[in-house]
Amino acid sequence: MAERHHTSTEIKGKIHKPLAHDSAAKQVSGEAYYIDDLPEPKDLLHLYVAQSKKAHAKITKLDVSAVRNAPGVVLVLTADDVPGVNDASPIAGDDPVFAEDLVECVGQSIFAVAADSIEQARAAASLAVVEYDELPAILTIERALAAESYILPPREITRGDAREAILEAKHRLTGQFEMGGQDHFYLEGQIAYAVPGEDGDVFIHTSTQHPTEVQHNVARFLDVPDNSITANVRRMGGAFGGKETQGAWYAAMVALAATLSGRPAKLRLDRDDDMIMTGKRHDFIAKYDVGFDDEGRVAGVEFDLASRCGRSADLSAAINDRAMFHVDNCYYFENVSIYSRRCKTHTVSNTAFRGFGGPQGMLVPERMMDAIASYLKKDPVEIRQANFYGTANRNVTPYGMTIEDNIAPEIVSELVSTSKYASRREKIRVFNQTSPVLKKGIALTPVKFGISFTATHFNQAGALLHVYTDGSVMINHGGTEMGQGLYTKVAQVVAEVLQVDIDQIKITATRTDKVPNTSATAASSGSDLNGKAAEAAAQTIKDRLIAFAAEKYNVSESDIHFTRNQVRIQEIELAFKDLVKEAYFNRISLSAAGYYKTPKIHYDAKTLTGRPFYYFSYGAAVSEVIIDTLTGEYKVTAVDILHDTGKSLNPAIDLGQIEGGFIQGMGWLTTEELYFDDQGVLKTHAPSTYKIPACSDRPEIFNMKIYEAGENVEETIYKSKAVGEPPLMLANSVFNALADAVSSVSDYRVYPDLDAPATPERVLMAVDRLQDQAAQVSGSEAAQ
Amino acid sequence: MRQTIRFVHKGEIVELENIDPTRTVLNYLRYDIGLTGTKEGCAEGDCGACTVVLGELHDGSLRYQAVNACILFLPTLDGKELITVEDLKSDDGGLHPVQQAMVEANGTQCGFCTPGFVMSLFAEIHGNPSSGRHHIDNVLAGNLCRCTGYGPIVDAAGKLAEAQIQDKFHDQQTRTIEQLKELQQDDGISYEWQGRRYAAPKKLEDLARILKENPTATILAGATDVGLWVTKLHQTLETVIYIGQIEELRQMESVSDILVIGAGVSYSDAWDKLAQYYPDFGELIRRIASTQIRNSGTIGGNIANGSPIGDTPPALIALDSRLILRSHSGSREMPLEDFFIDYGKQDLVPGEFVEKIHVPLPSANQHFATYKISKRFDQDISAVCAAFNLTLDSGTVEKIRICYGGMAGTPKRARKTEAALIGQPWSEAILESTLAAMAEDYEPMTDMRASSTYRMKSAQNLLRKFFIETTAPDTETRIVGEGQVAYG
Repeated sequence: MAERHHTSTEIKGKIHKPLAHDSAAKQVSGEAYYIDDLPEPKDLLHLYVAQSKKAHAKITKLDVSAVRNAPGVVLVLTADDVPGVNDASPIAGDDPVFAEDLVECVGQSIFAVAADSIEQARAAASLAVVEYDELPAILTIERALAAESYILPPREITRGDAREAILEAKHRLTGQFEMGGQDHFYLEGQIAYAVPGEDGDVFIHTSTQHPTEVQHNVARFLDVPDNSITANVRRMGGAFGGKETQGAWYAAMVALAATLSGRPAKLRLDRDDDMIMTGKRHDFIAKYDVGFDDEGRVAGVEFDLASRCGRSADLSAAINDRAMFHVDNCYYFENVSIYSRRCKTHTVSNTAFRGFGGPQGMLVPERMMDAIASYLKKDPVEIRQANFYGTANRNVTPYGMTIEDNIAPEIVSELVSTSKYASRREKIRVFNQTSPVLKKGIALTPVKFGISFTATHFNQAGALLHVYTDGSVMINHGGTEMGQGLYTKVAQVVAEVLQVDIDQIKITATRTDKVPNTSATAASSGSDLNGKAAEAAAQTIKDRLIAFAAEKYNVSESDIHFTRNQVRIQEIELAFKDLVKEAYFNRISLSAAGYYKTPKIHYDAKTLTGRPFYYFSYGAAVSEVIIDTLTGEYKVTAVDILHDTGKSLNPAIDLGQIEGGFIQGMGWLTTEELYFDDQGVLKTHAPSTYKIPACSDRPEIFNMKIYEAGENVEETIYKSKAVGEPPLMLANSVFNALADAVSSVSDYRVYPDLDAPATPERVLMAVDRLQDQAAQVSGSEAAQ
Repeated sequence: MRQTIRFVHKGEIVELENIDPTRTVLNYLRYDIGLTGTKEGCAEGDCGACTVVLGELHDGSLRYQAVNACILFLPTLDGKELITVEDLKSDDGGLHPVQQAMVEANGTQCGFCTPGFVMSLFAEIHGNPSSGRHHIDNVLAGNLCRCTGYGPIVDAAGKLAEAQIQDKFHDQQTRTIEQLKELQQDDGISYEWQGRRYAAPKKLEDLARILKENPTATILAGATDVGLWVTKLHQTLETVIYIGQIEELRQMESVSDILVIGAGVSYSDAWDKLAQYYPDFGELIRRIASTQIRNSGTIGGNIANGSPIGDTPPALIALDSRLILRSHSGSREMPLEDFFIDYGKQDLVPGEFVEKIHVPLPSANQHFATYKISKRFDQDISAVCAAFNLTLDSGTVEKIRICYGGMAGTPKRARKTEAALIGQPWSEAILESTLAAMAEDYEPMTDMRASSTYRMKSAQNLLRKFFIETTAPDTETRIVGEGQVAYG
């Protein structure tokens, strides 16, 4: 690990200081283990999952006798073999691990084969006879809306009278666009590995953000108590929301195979199966109808959001709720209605993905602001500033939450200045006048993202901390490590409380038998929740040590100070480990559980009102692009970001989240296109066809800064803010910059329709439409 | 011929027998010998998590190249040195400078792609490192990272390029070269395994003979396509004949006005020469796949497999290249365009193989350009690939050859469009009037890469772009690559 300069009194791993990821040295040398790297026991079973080839069909015949007789096959698992409940859903009970008589998407699991090798399992699976009676399939949002096919009932939030305000406003615009889904493309695919124990127990290595849910689902599936199942996660090779719910299916399958055979069992989806079988970011169709004044200030606005949820509910309720909670972004809409429909389609069940509906919600007002600016021939930043939430008034969201920490105006004005936004915008317009083929575009978009799970009960966390008699420390908590550096941050918190160097602290795998009943590591909440729980555990130990030392040395507790690896008791300097040893001999418990629940939040899911969020994270970005009007190809050339992480726990890790989140958001809005054919078969199921950003897609100029004045107004862990998801939405600026570049071909007279992802094809088609429209506008102007 | 496979690994010569001919190096490492540092991310050579480095003798010296272990067949390691992420630490357990740089730059998050990046950068510092941003982009185009956004890794690469790194591999070089030389001293491999066969001859005549005996054998060069038949389509290949050990097929030379490219020449090895004669061809090679794939994949393979979206055939056909096929009974030569009969059907009879390609060198008044359109600039398969070869005679089109990939079931010339242009002034008015002819040349399909409308529209627009570039060279027309516009 990189040695950092620190003064002799400052602990290694101090909070607010940059520190490399705890696993970095192991990752670069190939020593950090992922589940598929664990040594394979000789009797390991390998599972392969047979999938539906049809989007919607009754299974009229399932004959697996040839599969059972194939070489190497030990077990064939179907719905009939499930001892408990054949479901691995997070909430709704509608995610059968094995299809029973109905399949509702291509890729749905029908049965699994367990064999001595994966090759044998795969080959055997192809011997099954599956006969279908096909049913009509609804594959798209449009079709679902037409058929009123909803997985959950529509929801609406209203305030004031949007319709009347729109009709009375001086200007009115409407807009509609689509936002595509996004595959998580975690580099490590879904995997689970189960080891059978005694009494029907199973120990599961699972790549999940939610070990507790895996534990509970597997227990229910096997019909054993929760305490029979242990789920263990050391690290994931990426997750991004894709391992919040959907890993449970595969954990259930290996647990069943292990239970029935008495042998360890592993299931690893290869890239194609992973992409075909698992859910993605929800695609949306969004509409707005807005009335506004000459300054661009919105008088009334109606939003209409419809998303493709797929075959089951999964987390679609909360995801679509969050989309509704983010169509305001940083803007106050006095008269507003937000309507949300959650479409059931015969496609994979869409799921959590970094931002969790927030990105789709937030892009709508961002396009709307640019459309208003284009219509009024004003700078889009001015329109945004005219609509920002206030601090004393105009500060209540459509869902009734008062915003107490609004720093969007400050962040935007600082970024406008540091990015030289105005002069660059002028230069771009000059360039575009003289460049017939290539056109540049620029856009600034802000972000305000609500932090907390909207389901209030998830906002709790536990930690377990042991101090051993040599002074070494073990920390465990309910948060999982997917690369985001949570383990590092939590260890820094413990180091800070106890004032010991971070290398004294062992970071251990998340497991359900150490800290129970945990929440998913999601909603950007990992360090907020688990940091606080770990702090509480460490503080408990520290308090015990202080009380012990005060008594033993007969001093007041205020005379005891923890300094780097030392404890000073008035004049006495004692090594931390020596005090620990003394405490042990005096029968002081050196193990503590910590617990935390987020204060202040409350939320009524029936009325969609309350304070669902503890606080907001903010940021803003300026993106500049260049497009080729002959081919639609483009490049993001320059990006300036100013992002609020509160008082950052670890600036190195936070910058990594900001940059990585931005690039991932850019991918969502540009090259990452999911293409389903008319039979509901995903044709982009591997990196050869599904294009996440590559190295050269990173903007050549990339200026990124943490907002220095940032400090959480709430009592979060050391005044930091959550950073996992919010930066993804900074990439909205890329999409808007592309639209700005396209708009130039009409001499900025028309604001272009553009759907996401803005592939080169979509950009070229937008350019073509605008050239045609511009020709018509010129024609009619000439005629007047 | 030998029945075992021999390669250098961890400084020692490893000799293996009874090897599944299509066992991948990745699966060998992970599941046969328990070296799990190298990861599988896609099993198709697109993500780079499986990147390992091969050392080979090249003109007598040792050359290190990054390749994708996931689609590399184990027997093709014969005669080479294999280096994986586990091998890099120094003997006292210290991190290699590449590893150290990645840690210091915060270049890891989830860490799953990391070993692949480390190996790409390791190969790079043993090659011709440069800290130029575009150079680093090319080096890393075949390594996908979903977490970092690449910035920290680019920073690490830049710092490494500027440092003069001396590592244990430099120190061991003489010994390694000796070992590799020792491994070259026979006439190749031929063995049977469970009724299947693997052969890796070293001489052209041996290849012809073995192919005569096994006319339906799969010919293997870089395995960047054939590898996927195994890892993605799960096919069992009965007989595999590897041509990568045949020195005669790896030759590239200019003979009078022809550039001769052996069928076994990799994209990487062809790159400089093609770029020297046709800068756009160089840019096309840069955009084909990634460093790892270009190190393995061959232009001969790109032709022989007959893909309608292979990137080199349009350029080669536009340049009027000729193909030389060979078999035990002799050779025959044909215009390359005649080789592609229909989708999946080439003019290649059993027992025959692609021996070499003849590419005419540039002539006076010739304008050549080639363009590739894909969703992503790097490491993507073309939606449309276009090549234009124009000879002007005082403003009049004397000759023009236009060929597209992605517009039909084969790489195909736009003969009607060409006919409408030949003999005409090279003018915008004529060009615009001939673009309609392209709709008669092609009926492109709609698939996940592009719609037929976009394919046709962009194909026409690329001809417009070629016109602009030949008539108004000061106009900015390029976003990436040679001659790209300034971004700032």
